[in-house]
Amino acid sequence: MSTFHRIARIAACVLAGAMVYAGIEAQDLKSFEQKITTKVLPNGLTILICERPEAPVFSYTTFVDAGDVDDPSGESGLAHMFEHLAFKGTTEIGTSNWPAEKVALEKVEEANQAYEAEYLKPVGRDEAKLADLKKKFQEAQDEAHKYVVPNQFTEVAERNGAHELNAETSLDETMYFWSMPENRLELWAWLESSRLADVVPREFYKERNVVLEERRMRTDSNPEGRLFEQFVATAYVAHPYGRSGVGWPSEVSQINATEAMEFHKKYYVGSNVVVAVVGDVKAAETMPILEKYFGRVPGGPKPEEMTTVEPKQFAEKTVALHEATQPIYIEGYHRPSYRDPDDAVYDAISDILSNGRVSRLYRSLVRDQQIAAVAVGESPFPGGKYPGLFLFGAVPLPGHTPAQMRDSIHKEIDKLKTSDVTDDELQMYKTRTRADLLRGLADNQGLASALAEYQTRYGDWRELFRQLDRVDKVTKADIRRVANKVFVDTNRTAAWIETVPPPAPAAGKNGGTR
Amino acid sequence: MTRFTLKRVAGVVLAGTAFIAIGPISAPAQQEKPWEKIPIPPLREFKPQQPKRIELKNGIVLFLQEDHELPFVSGSVLIPGGSRDEPAAKTGLVELYGQAWRTSGTAKMSGDAMDDLLESKAAHIETGGGEGSTSLGWDSLKGDADQVFSLAVDLLLHPKFNPEKLQLAQQQSATSIVRRNDDEAGIAAHEAAKLVYGPDSPYTRQPELATIGAVTVADLEAWHDRTIGGKLIVGVSGDFDPAAMEARLRAAFESLPPVKPLPPRKDSFQAPKQAIYFINKEDVNQSNVQIVGLGTDRRNPDVPALALMNDILGGGFASRLFQKVRTELGLAYAVGGGLGFSYDHPAMFQVEVLTQSSSTVEATKAALAEIAGLTDRPFTEEELKRAQDNILNSFLFRYDTRDKVLAESERLEFYGYPPNYLETYEAALKKVTLADLGAAAKKYIHPNQLAVLVVGNQPEIKPGLDALNLGPVHPVDITIPQPQGPGGTPGAAEKEQ
Repeated sequence: MSTFHRIARIAACVLAGAMVYAGIEAQDLKSFEQKITTKVLPNGLTILICERPEAPVFSYTTFVDAGDVDDPSGESGLAHMFEHLAFKGTTEIGTSNWPAEKVALEKVEEANQAYEAEYLKPVGRDEAKLADLKKKFQEAQDEAHKYVVPNQFTEVAERNGAHELNAETSLDETMYFWSMPENRLELWAWLESSRLADVVPREFYKERNVVLEERRMRTDSNPEGRLFEQFVATAYVAHPYGRSGVGWPSEVSQINATEAMEFHKKYYVGSNVVVAVVGDVKAAETMPILEKYFGRVPGGPKPEEMTTVEPKQFAEKTVALHEATQPIYIEGYHRPSYRDPDDAVYDAISDILSNGRVSRLYRSLVRDQQIAAVAVGESPFPGGKYPGLFLFGAVPLPGHTPAQMRDSIHKEIDKLKTSDVTDDELQMYKTRTRADLLRGLADNQGLASALAEYQTRYGDWRELFRQLDRVDKVTKADIRRVANKVFVDTNRTAAWIETVPPPAPAAGKNGGTR
Repeated sequence: MTRFTLKRVAGVVLAGTAFIAIGPISAPAQQEKPWEKIPIPPLREFKPQQPKRIELKNGIVLFLQEDHELPFVSGSVLIPGGSRDEPAAKTGLVELYGQAWRTSGTAKMSGDAMDDLLESKAAHIETGGGEGSTSLGWDSLKGDADQVFSLAVDLLLHPKFNPEKLQLAQQQSATSIVRRNDDEAGIAAHEAAKLVYGPDSPYTRQPELATIGAVTVADLEAWHDRTIGGKLIVGVSGDFDPAAMEARLRAAFESLPPVKPLPPRKDSFQAPKQAIYFINKEDVNQSNVQIVGLGTDRRNPDVPALALMNDILGGGFASRLFQKVRTELGLAYAVGGGLGFSYDHPAMFQVEVLTQSSSTVEATKAALAEIAGLTDRPFTEEELKRAQDNILNSFLFRYDTRDKVLAESERLEFYGYPPNYLETYEAALKKVTLADLGAAAKKYIHPNQLAVLVVGNQPEIKPGLDALNLGPVHPVDITIPQPQGPGGTPGAAEKEQ
């Protein structure tokens, strides 16, 4: 059920675009106008400062408009791999002797290329030569390692009070974040701008193994991870939303440092980055400091967007996983991106179908029919920047089947298509959206991420509040119209786990999908 | 959205250093350190706003925390008594109680009607059951606060448990039970705890289909009657007038009878013996390794030294486990852990490593070596200073919001700790010396009292677990017991060994 909870949480976050009593919107926007300062630096990087002096701390989010959707073909997982590299330090931190380390790292790349060239030979691979090249590759890494001061970047951050330091790579974007005492603001600006501007391919190949372990944990060794990976791979035939976000094993295991540095060069340019700081900071004093440090990030044009468009689906697709694990059912329908004028209508449908014990799917599948433990319908998944999916899913109670989940979900979808939602349901969506937006304003880190996201996605953080206008305008007719347009059989991909007994010992040993 | 992250957030913390042969990594002579030239001005003085504490004559304690930033009011009631106090034959009772309490509602308003009313106002009232307590919480926009508070108090004092809602909760719980063997991390966490506390301990016994099936509405009512007269702790925060709120709370709680404390628990705890345990799971390609023993409780005066030891062992990117197993060896994404301390009973010592099947032995050995290293590889001044910096410089994140300050006050009150606990703890952390650290490690780290549990895919684990030289590998049976239904046959239990 964790996946559903994760999706629900993230959906709530996305919805967190919506807000309070009618009328409060204008008031909040006005009060935030006074607290927020933005500046676009000559290199194109946007800095956003929001003054919230409740306690002597600040939180930041660096929002890079590049994610695994931007991974080149054959290099799935590259954006995420780069994110890990961004914690390995720079020419100034994490090294005992950069000039010497630089030379050693170049040798690592050469050794890796020689090894891979032999490894990938379709015919006539020389195993003895391969072993020798592998040894040389290892030796080159050992040599480079002599200059490494391990984890120095994170050590300096943590020793200076960095709290909840982490980063996330999604298909759409990469975010870096932590919170710190306010007297470390300049130190933070140095650290953060250094790694944006001056990252180096340190310990890349060991970190690649770490990322492969992350894949094993989240995807390979987890039934829901396996199901969702197969589901999106089936739903998409062309768009990279169908690729494994963490990367296919054969691709992640062959990404090299040169490719990661090229990714950095292309996507980590000022115009592709927004840095939002929220907390006990004064813009008048702070902005010049941030300008000085973040001005070091290379300029350059905003990289072109990924241009593949998913062709229209013309037939229903299904995936059945026969596993020894318990059943689960999901289905998805292609929907437009967040830029679509109906974006808020999809949010309304999610809310009415899935939000809490009053929601239609809960009341139908969980409370009244008593066939499911969890039932939701939410979007967008797996991303929102490009056309994603409207996802439905249900976890059956013991003794119930994926087919029952499917049939009951379809009944609820039909209701949306053939009759209007009630006035109460629609009003509840609008009220809850407003309240959730307001509640989110009390958290430095959440606010930093939301402001950076809206600044990136709409070019103006004010859209965080203004979207309430679009929420207010959603009508019952909109919901019916969108449901009829999107929830059609030929636009559907369904996936489920059907439980089969575990294989007898020593029989088929490939756990996982069959 | 699918997100992949730098480090695992839930579960254990991370850390690392060298193999026994290598000794601690000595940082090579370094080039200039530009970050050390950046000035760090003194931190603005900050006195977090403490909530107002009021002890009623009947023993109930109220906390009021004003916060006018946003137009919301929220509150909670903490009620002593939780799952560790439920009868073993009805394990799961408190979990079911926590769900059915709210969904049942009261004589005046059913749970379903309450859902409709509250959600239309973007308000919430929720109940829950935990290990040592149950709770009821609420929140709403300021304008609805009085109405929502009245509903919450009615639910607190006058629930009307509904058999249909109990059944719904039982179905939810049954779904979790039959699915629990699909979750490698869940299996590992639970079975590891059983190795420390024992399979029948109130801290580890698991709800089973039979034990949740045995719970009746009368049990829920009896649990409510038994616990609601305990020492309630009521906390309210948000945008309210303090005098009016105090009057409201007094009106609701002052007339209740004097509180009756629960009898103190008499648990005994014993460290496990060194041994290796294994659970086979053929649909995974990564082993979940748990190294576990007995921890301590927060009243122990050695806790400040242990907290610093934990940071050195597994607390962050610079910790020994992280540096060794993840950064140096590249054997894990998730690695970390330490010696736990709970407020009122010994927590666990727990180190966790997740590594691909084929490196299970190598990664486990590396982690064990780091644990043993706590006693045989002396701590350095640099390590101590770093751990103190890590913990003390981020200490204010324990009280940087008014809600956190309120939650801490309630917690200290609940467990009977002095209200200035955080201050004395912070002061004690500053005073810990290298000698204290070394003494604490020797006193609490006993490799021969650590059990090792591996959940993984047997055919892929090469070399096998014998290579750990921890004696015979004990298989653990995690078969989910099937209740003997009336006239039915026991389900074909899946033997997972």
